[in-house]
Amino acid sequence: MSVATDRRTDLKYRVGLNLRAVVGRSYPRIVGANREPSWIFFEAFLPLLGIAAYVFIYQFFGLQATAAILGNPPMCGDHVCASVAEQNQYLAAVNANTNALIASVVLGGTMVAFWLNVLWSMASQLYWEKEIGNLQLYMMAPMNRMALLGGMAVGGMVMTSMRAVSTLVAGIFVFGVIFQVANPLLLLAVFFATLIALYGLGMMFASLYLLWGREAWNLSALMEEPIFFSSGFYFPLGGLFRIPGWGPAVAIAGSFIPASIGLDALRQLTLGSTAFGGSLWIFNVTTELEILVGMAVLFLILARYCLAYLETLAKREGKLTSRHQ
Amino acid sequence: MSTYWRTFKTAAWLGWEMDSNWTEPWLFVLYSVIKPVAGAFILVLMYIVFVAIGRPQGDPDAFSYMYVGNSFFIFVASVLFGTFQVIQSDREWYQTIRYVYISPISYYVYILGRAASKIAVSVFAVAITLVFGVMFLGVRLHLALTDVPLFLVSTALGLSVLLAIGICLGGISFLTAKHTHGLAEGIPGLFYVFCGVLFPLSVLPNWGQAVGRAIPLTYWFDITRRLLTEGSTVNTTLGGYDAPTILLFLVVSSVGFFGLSVLIYKIGEYFARKAGKIDMTTSY
Repeated sequence: MSVATDRRTDLKYRVGLNLRAVVGRSYPRIVGANREPSWIFFEAFLPLLGIAAYVFIYQFFGLQATAAILGNPPMCGDHVCASVAEQNQYLAAVNANTNALIASVVLGGTMVAFWLNVLWSMASQLYWEKEIGNLQLYMMAPMNRMALLGGMAVGGMVMTSMRAVSTLVAGIFVFGVIFQVANPLLLLAVFFATLIALYGLGMMFASLYLLWGREAWNLSALMEEPIFFSSGFYFPLGGLFRIPGWGPAVAIAGSFIPASIGLDALRQLTLGSTAFGGSLWIFNVTTELEILVGMAVLFLILARYCLAYLETLAKREGKLTSRHQ
Repeated sequence: MSTYWRTFKTAAWLGWEMDSNWTEPWLFVLYSVIKPVAGAFILVLMYIVFVAIGRPQGDPDAFSYMYVGNSFFIFVASVLFGTFQVIQSDREWYQTIRYVYISPISYYVYILGRAASKIAVSVFAVAITLVFGVMFLGVRLHLALTDVPLFLVSTALGLSVLLAIGICLGGISFLTAKHTHGLAEGIPGLFYVFCGVLFPLSVLPNWGQAVGRAIPLTYWFDITRRLLTEGSTVNTTLGGYDAPTILLFLVVSSVGFFGLSVLIYKIGEYFARKAGKIDMTTSY
């Protein structure tokens, strides 16, 4: 065995090589993006406005409900309030629910940032690299392809955290959302399990998008609003179970996106499991964490196999370097 | 003039081909419908959740207000995106901007033409969303025959303002990096918040209401709602203006924004040429 071959099969060398590939691929996302200061305005500040709109909707609903309770006659639910005490009780419930719904939107907005990053900077990335001619360079390089995807994921997570944090900060300081975190370790565990599962899904999609070609862009566009809806980004997912017939089916379909289960758990951990009367949660937090860990493992394994299969297929059909197809 | 028209027609055809030729027509239609309908459903679910835990008797006027606003907002999102993404997609994605730019056409008119296909698709999506709302969600719509001309004129003016704003953003994007998605999300978000699309201006703080009143789209949404959901009890804070006054606002602002769009486009183009950024790529 030659010295070069011996070196390539050395575990320490391979681990080091792949770690360097992870760092190398995440570097342009973390450092390169920050060299473009306008990025902060476009990617962190502007998207907050969309979140704000959803916050104001709940405030509007809250104001309408308050006006009905304080109206003439004062309405408590579907009947006229029997006493001032009942009226106050309904007012307090409306205020608490409005705050909890606004907090749900803020958390959903944080996750939207990661989901969009997964769609546009993970799933579409290999297709994009093919379009601009980088893919063949990656394929010729000696590192594992998963290291490449891992680097994209790490870079994407760091880059997107800026937007996610600004959404959270805006939620707390601008919209006055109150989070009650009783178990910060579990919260962190759920958060990172969600991110790993999400980016694992993104890594899997990255390979599939190579196969789907130009449909990929449209597919990413299609997976925005329908996923925001079916995964409960702006409302507790349990709301879908309130709709007889198609509601539960949509909720179950949406649950295959890790963000939906992750959000449900994060909302329970930050709002308390008794928020909304405890009636809008899917599972308890521990079960949801287990599901998320399972999804993370599954998606990473699937990503590995999809990538290997698609690479072989693309090479066999000679499509690895063909653009605009 | 004929060069402008020819450019517009060819760019519109090109835009349509680029949007639709990646798949079968039925799949394209499906894609075009699912996205806006799902967007409307987010609001439907937000309403359902709130009714379930906050106001069991419901609020049909508030729901119709929100639904109609959201349906017409499809125009905002797609027309703005369809306009300002032309520069970035030609520059970053297809890398053809240098060839189109040096050809003997007006690039401004070319952008308008490229956006035309997006408008055509969004007309279809808006119609589908409204019909769906009326048939399955109990949205109360009514357009009197005598109001049809006013509706068409106000829609045309609203779209003109949107195109002008899109060109303004396009002018800016001559100089910026690959921020299409931030812009696509953020600028419509600005209008989503301040133009009374989903909730009346009265929900906003005073400074927010002032911002909303300065944006012509606020008046477009208001007049559209007046024509389609007559008799709504939601206080829009614009009740003091009658329909002709609002139409006048729209005419004046269309002309004003057209001038502004030409100015910003020219400035952006000038600085981009000076800095050699017309055909830059910022992939990372």
